[in-house]
Amino acid sequence: MASHALTHTGHGEINYLDYKGKYSGILGWIFSTDHKRIGLLYLSGVTLFFVVGIFLGLMLRLEQLTMGETVVSARTYNTLFTLHGVIMIFLIVIPAIPAVLGNFFLPIQVGAKDVAFPRLNLFSWWLYMTGAVLALVSLFTKGGFPDTGWTFYAPYNIRTTTNVPLAVFAVFILGFSSILTGLNFITTVHRLRAPGMTWFRLPLFVWALYATSWIQILATPVVGITMLLIFFERLTGVGIFDPAKGGDPILYQHLFWIYSHPAVYIMILPGMGVVTEIIPTFARRTIFGYKAIAASSLGIALAGSLVWGHHMFVSGQSYTASVVFSLLTFLVAIPTAIKVFNWVATLYKGSIHLEPPLLYALSFIFLFMIGGFTGVMLGVLSVDVHLHDTYFVVGHFHYVMFGGTMMAFIAGMHYWFPKMFGRMYNKRVATLAWALIFIGFNMLYFTMLILGFEGMPRRYYDHLPQYHSGHVVATVGSWILVLGLLIMIINLVRALKSGPKAEANPWQGTTLEWQVPSPPPHENFEEIPVVDRGPYDH
Amino acid sequence: MEHHQAEHSVGYGTYVLVWLGLLVFTGLTVSVSGINLEALTVTVALLIAGFKTFLVMNYFMHLKFEPILFRLMVFVVIITFAIFLSLTFLDVLFR
Amino acid sequence: MSSVAETAVHEEKHSDVIGAKMGMWLFLFTELLLFGGMFILYAAYRAKHQHEFFLSSAELNMPIGTLNTALLLTSSLTVALSIEALRRGSRNLSKLFLLATIVMGFGFLVNKYFEWSAKIHHGIYPNSPELLKASAGEQLFFSLYYVMTGLHGLHVLVGVLVLGWIYTLIQKNPTDPGNFIKLENGGLYWHLVDVIWIFLFPLFYLIS
Ligand SMILES: [Cu+2]
Repeated sequence: MASHALTHTGHGEINYLDYKGKYSGILGWIFSTDHKRIGLLYLSGVTLFFVVGIFLGLMLRLEQLTMGETVVSARTYNTLFTLHGVIMIFLIVIPAIPAVLGNFFLPIQVGAKDVAFPRLNLFSWWLYMTGAVLALVSLFTKGGFPDTGWTFYAPYNIRTTTNVPLAVFAVFILGFSSILTGLNFITTVHRLRAPGMTWFRLPLFVWALYATSWIQILATPVVGITMLLIFFERLTGVGIFDPAKGGDPILYQHLFWIYSHPAVYIMILPGMGVVTEIIPTFARRTIFGYKAIAASSLGIALAGSLVWGHHMFVSGQSYTASVVFSLLTFLVAIPTAIKVFNWVATLYKGSIHLEPPLLYALSFIFLFMIGGFTGVMLGVLSVDVHLHDTYFVVGHFHYVMFGGTMMAFIAGMHYWFPKMFGRMYNKRVATLAWALIFIGFNMLYFTMLILGFEGMPRRYYDHLPQYHSGHVVATVGSWILVLGLLIMIINLVRALKSGPKAEANPWQGTTLEWQVPSPPPHENFEEIPVVDRGPYDH
Repeated sequence: MEHHQAEHSVGYGTYVLVWLGLLVFTGLTVSVSGINLEALTVTVALLIAGFKTFLVMNYFMHLKFEPILFRLMVFVVIITFAIFLSLTFLDVLFR
Repeated sequence: MSSVAETAVHEEKHSDVIGAKMGMWLFLFTELLLFGGMFILYAAYRAKHQHEFFLSSAELNMPIGTLNTALLLTSSLTVALSIEALRRGSRNLSKLFLLATIVMGFGFLVNKYFEWSAKIHHGIYPNSPELLKASAGEQLFFSLYYVMTGLHGLHVLVGVLVLGWIYTLIQKNPTDPGNFIKLENGGLYWHLVDVIWIFLFPLFYLIS
């Protein structure tokens, strides 16, 4: 980008990892307002909880390895899938890309020294950790963690004896953390762009995060109040969703999905943003259809807030609502397809370098497309009635959230790892891990799609003989997948310590973060750069 | 960037006038509620509340004197809420 | 963080008044949609139980509600005047107006306290045996009444505390230019609490 940025940054400056602030040691991290350190704080949280979530998922799969009780009781199984869902959604998939990669790179990519409100940013992380600890505490207190499923539907949430109040309060806190991150990003993009960094010179990752932030601001409060209402319900018996007191459980579902469908785009939009950064870099050419991609991010954010009722086709909502929501759901496919076409068009006739980040990015496109197509299938009213609450749904959203968001997150980690830590990982091991993940993933979740199509219901701790072989394949797939994930994580962790030093721009990226040293200096730029060209000009 | 301290300053008088207007409309909405307007009762009450909000946001909250971006953002919020409400009512009204 | 870097970031933050206000507005949007969720519930339940909502509304104390509306509106005026006074450099006047705002906010809460106690005294509170005997619509009306005015009251309380904190800042550090944006943002929050009440008042007290 700005050519004179290169000459000014660097040499005399101390990088953010070695920087000595007011505090040293661990305090220098957990009280740091540096957006890069906060990004890494989130990274450590996300990694830790991801390992826990993976373990819970493995347990769920293990239970299905044989018929009847295998490793846990039915009741424990209910708690396990609830906990798996809550951890994976609220502690990992939602914050992973914005809070880790977004925190680290959004300010650098817009040419700023930090986000608009650095202390608020740190506060968000503290809220995140508080929410996580509260969820953890609810595991071991009064009644244990909820067995309602991650959706906390009424009236389960009223009738269950488990510790619902604490768990939903944790979700409320986590939502608040997510809101504050969004607030920070919007203000940063509006106010702290470097001179010459016009809206249409912003990297598309920033556009994606900007659109995401608006969803975070506008939709998260709705789930916040919903969780608070359950909280009040359990404390005072106020009964707003309790059918025994005149309440309507379907309204609970409305409020829940008003947030939780757009939340799917809080998860996937940043992932699309990451992929949009990776593809031009490894095709060594500018992105195809910059404005279309930027606009489609906003389009997805808008269309995504019109469709929540497709989760409620069999809930007893009105037929009119179901028809309209089904129709609106198809609309989301349009801006999504625009992105896919543009990625493919960018690759076309590009000089493709098949490095690990691109491998992950390509598998993102492949897996996300399966997730998207199965999503459209589920959006069809008549098909959904058949497939609702089956493994088809489970397979579908794992394709979207894991195959989509998490694959993009892993792609982003491999893309930006040398920038973040100044070291390079072992690319051959990374490729091996990718292959295992890809194979295991499809074995596990494609089998789930088939099982669901054949009628295997979700959230059952047991299965009938006709589903047995499918379950065995899926469970074996889960082992391969987890093996790949472990190799991937260990490879990166090892590179942290002993990887060879990385250059400032190992992939020949063109956005601003590649023009500062690896790892970046404490305040990113010695002098705020002046930008005079587009983000992907090779 | 614009220099803020030099921005439009609203006189004390304007604020007092707006306040008087708000009180008048409060009186109005209370007295209108005494009349039986059937289904219109809530509509009238909401219209008056909407106008009061307009006054508070524009003058007390200074929206009138902020960059146009701020008003645009408020507009987005109102539209979002309208979407949430109306799509929910697709269910509530037709169930 | 080094003090130099810290102040640099600070200065950047404080000098960008528009950025600070934008952050505040974004926060207010989340508050609006938080209450928005409850307004959706209110609307949906009212659509189903119109008659019961009318009946229950008659049981609320309209004079106190009206008084509280006037109090909040007036406190909104005084906080706006307080900001204007500080802009013009009359710190004492600004503090006086701010104090008036805090007192009125407090008065609102006192009224609310008496209003709630009277209702609770009559056996109308969430999950009360009296209420459980009532119709679905009445139960919902009072559930919503307690949750919505309760949460609103909590916001008033937070507002009072925030404004009180800003008051002490102006007291302690009269010349700190950072006071102004804090007061302005505190004012924005206070007005928002007012806006929410502007809708709560007719929806609960005036539909009988
Ligand atoms: Cu959805």
